[in-house]
Amino acid sequence: MGFSLFTPVSWSDTGFILEGILNTIYISVVAIVVGSILGLIVGFFRAESGKIGNMIMGSFLDVLRSVPLIIQLILFTTFMGVMGSPLNPFVAGSIVLSLYTMAFMAEVFRGGFESVHKSMRTAARSLGMTYWQTVFYIRTPIGLRAVLPSWIGVALSVIKDSALVSVIGYMELLRTSEQLISRSQQPLEILIGVGIFYFIISYPLSLYGKRLERKMVL
Amino acid sequence: MDYEFHWNVVLNAWPQLLDGAFVTLHVSVLSMLVGIVIAIFLALGKMSEYKAFSYFSNTWIEIARNTPALFQIYMAYFGLGAFGIHLSPYFAVFSALVFINAGYLAETFRGGFMSIPKTQYSASKSLGMNQFQVYRYVILPQMFRRIHHPMTNQFVWSILMSSLGILVGMNELSGETQRLQSLSFRTLEFFIAAAVIYYLITKFVLFVANLVSKKLFKGDI
Repeated sequence: MGFSLFTPVSWSDTGFILEGILNTIYISVVAIVVGSILGLIVGFFRAESGKIGNMIMGSFLDVLRSVPLIIQLILFTTFMGVMGSPLNPFVAGSIVLSLYTMAFMAEVFRGGFESVHKSMRTAARSLGMTYWQTVFYIRTPIGLRAVLPSWIGVALSVIKDSALVSVIGYMELLRTSEQLISRSQQPLEILIGVGIFYFIISYPLSLYGKRLERKMVL
Repeated sequence: MDYEFHWNVVLNAWPQLLDGAFVTLHVSVLSMLVGIVIAIFLALGKMSEYKAFSYFSNTWIEIARNTPALFQIYMAYFGLGAFGIHLSPYFAVFSALVFINAGYLAETFRGGFMSIPKTQYSASKSLGMNQFQVYRYVILPQMFRRIHHPMTNQFVWSILMSSLGILVGMNELSGETQRLQSLSFRTLEFFIAAAVIYYLITKFVLFVANLVSKKLFKGDI
């Protein structure tokens, strides 16, 4: 009998897969950009503020880092639904993923700002720079360069974690492949393809990060 | 907001949630232990002169580090089916976590090992120590001091990532929460409870790790 319930994967699926790939890249880039900007601001305030301010910000970031991303995604979408304003998966996913990224980026940037030695700041001030001038011309460029390898590390983990946004229905690469699998019943081939895609994006970046790190140690 | 919280549903399901939390701890501790053993071999492999061994270790480490955890779990759960291997949800999540933990820890171990100068080895030898003594009293104590922090992080990561079990129907904390909320439709309450439990578990693990490191390393470094 030439009848089958399942249709194998064919070239006509290329568009579908490509859309999944683009969606993965799209949400990762949004989360990395927004998360880095927020993380930069929060990290700066963490490096600057006193004990109490730090404790409040720190515990909020700590919660974001100690609760699994998947639970955060489900909680946020359910919460918005209960509030009567359900968001589409992309918006909800971007918000949660960005905040999650921010929690890690804030620590990275905080370390960067603190890595600029006090004597250097004092030297800058004594040259007649204002406080904000030392922030923009001395601490930001030097501090950020020092943490570039860690920044790459966090960005890479965000690309990988973006796969979890599939839980709330965003059609990123892994969810796309999941649907193809349930249609074609060829899990191995499809999953290997997905794995290769993530590897191709992640591996060169991780090599670059390692090289930068080595260069800085020397 | 006209939503009424019904916490008594969650309170009644408390024993099931605790069971779930226990499975979460169980799978992460086990995956960590097995991961450590494999990681030692991978770290040795990466530094070894045998091409095949180092090539194998390198491939394992890079695949584990450069693909999403969810992909590994799907691979174990759906992908292996193509070879006629059908894993239970628990075992699929477990083996995925072992695979990743081994990959990350291997790099940690290698880094810790490389950070100890070779001169210390020859210095201890010249003091008359034998191979075992060199490792026992000089190399390993310093190494553990350097890697205990990344190891703790990896453990916390395993706990958090075991939550992906929800997607393959495992009965750990998230999966259990998912099952319970589908019975009562109190989604928000149950997932808030799960979030609190995860938070407490990670805090507890960090607390214990801190205590252990203080005892072992007497506070310095």
